Amino acid sequence: MIESDAFVQALQDIGVDFFTGVPDSILGGIIAELMERRLYTPAVREDEAVAMAAGAYMSGKVPAVLMQNSGLGTSLNILISLNVIYRQPCILIVSWRGYQGKDAPEHLVMGEVMTQFLDTMKIPHRTLSEKTAIEDLKWLAETFMQQRTPVALLITKGVVKGLHP
Amino acid sequence: MRPEQGTMQSRAMAMAALLELLTDQPVIICNGFPSREAYEIADRPTHFYMIGSMGVASAIGLGVALAKPKKQVVIFDGDGNVLMGMGTLATVGALKPKNFIHVVFDNEVYGSTGNQPTISNVVPLEKVAKAAGYVNVERVREREDLVYEFKDMLKKDGPSMLLVKVNELVEDVGRVMLDPPDITKRFMKAIE
Repeated sequence: MIESDAFVQALQDIGVDFFTGVPDSILGGIIAELMERRLYTPAVREDEAVAMAAGAYMSGKVPAVLMQNSGLGTSLNILISLNVIYRQPCILIVSWRGYQGKDAPEHLVMGEVMTQFLDTMKIPHRTLSEKTAIEDLKWLAETFMQQRTPVALLITKGVVKGLHP
Repeated sequence: MRPEQGTMQSRAMAMAALLELLTDQPVIICNGFPSREAYEIADRPTHFYMIGSMGVASAIGLGVALAKPKKQVVIFDGDGNVLMGMGTLATVGALKPKNFIHVVFDNEVYGSTGNQPTISNVVPLEKVAKAAGYVNVERVREREDLVYEFKDMLKKDGPSMLLVKVNELVEDVGRVMLDPPDITKRFMKAIE
């Protein structure tokens, strides 16, 4: 299991310097670490977070938005009509609720269709694993810089240490 | 003229008065006619014109304000936009960026889609902002009040909201003739 502080440090090391989002339990440890480092600006909705990140990007920051995958639905219009149309990249750290059909009922549909949903929206994505974490982060940074679009790193339960491991 | 009696200004007139008082501040302008009118009145590289993404002009402005604390950031918003992204009033009120001036042109209608009524005739948005934690809020109708209050807000620590009651008149203006990626690049360079 990846420690939250190591994960946050790795994001900072690739240049991420603006963090916002809406919490999820899978992301709890990461958000606690970001708050500890005074790096996290909480948003009230995921689309608001994506828009704040866009403002930060235009001000020279490398932004990341943390969200549960349900927030991808909330953010859809902003991701398309702001980030894609205006070519504004954004790192999305998305918890994969409903992964392999094992979760509360409200997560099952999004959990099943999420990767197709991201493909349809032409958002490059990759699922974080402990073994490939270094390459995953490298891919994240390169895709952000080269493609100038939103790029998603998906995190399943138990890969990064949460608040209650 | 649907908004409260005595409202004589059009949004474009009010916007022109405010743009005269601005120089190189970043200005985020919401989607629909407000962006088109601002582009027609005074096109500046410090303007970020939105197409689409309704409801998040203030969130984009908040991102700029947080990342550029030394720059005073102005948002030109509408009542329909504020109602759609009302949660952002709370985020701004809680974070209290001092360099955040939120101008809301309130015509009580969705003017870009055929003047369907909003609900801002019964929901005073500046009071919602005040309750959410904005430091300065003012509601104005007349041009001289608008200019006076905006000049005052430029001198004060925010976050501030200036709600400007305007009529439904829309200027006969074309679309913003810039490609969105060019708007991004130009704005980024201008506020560097």
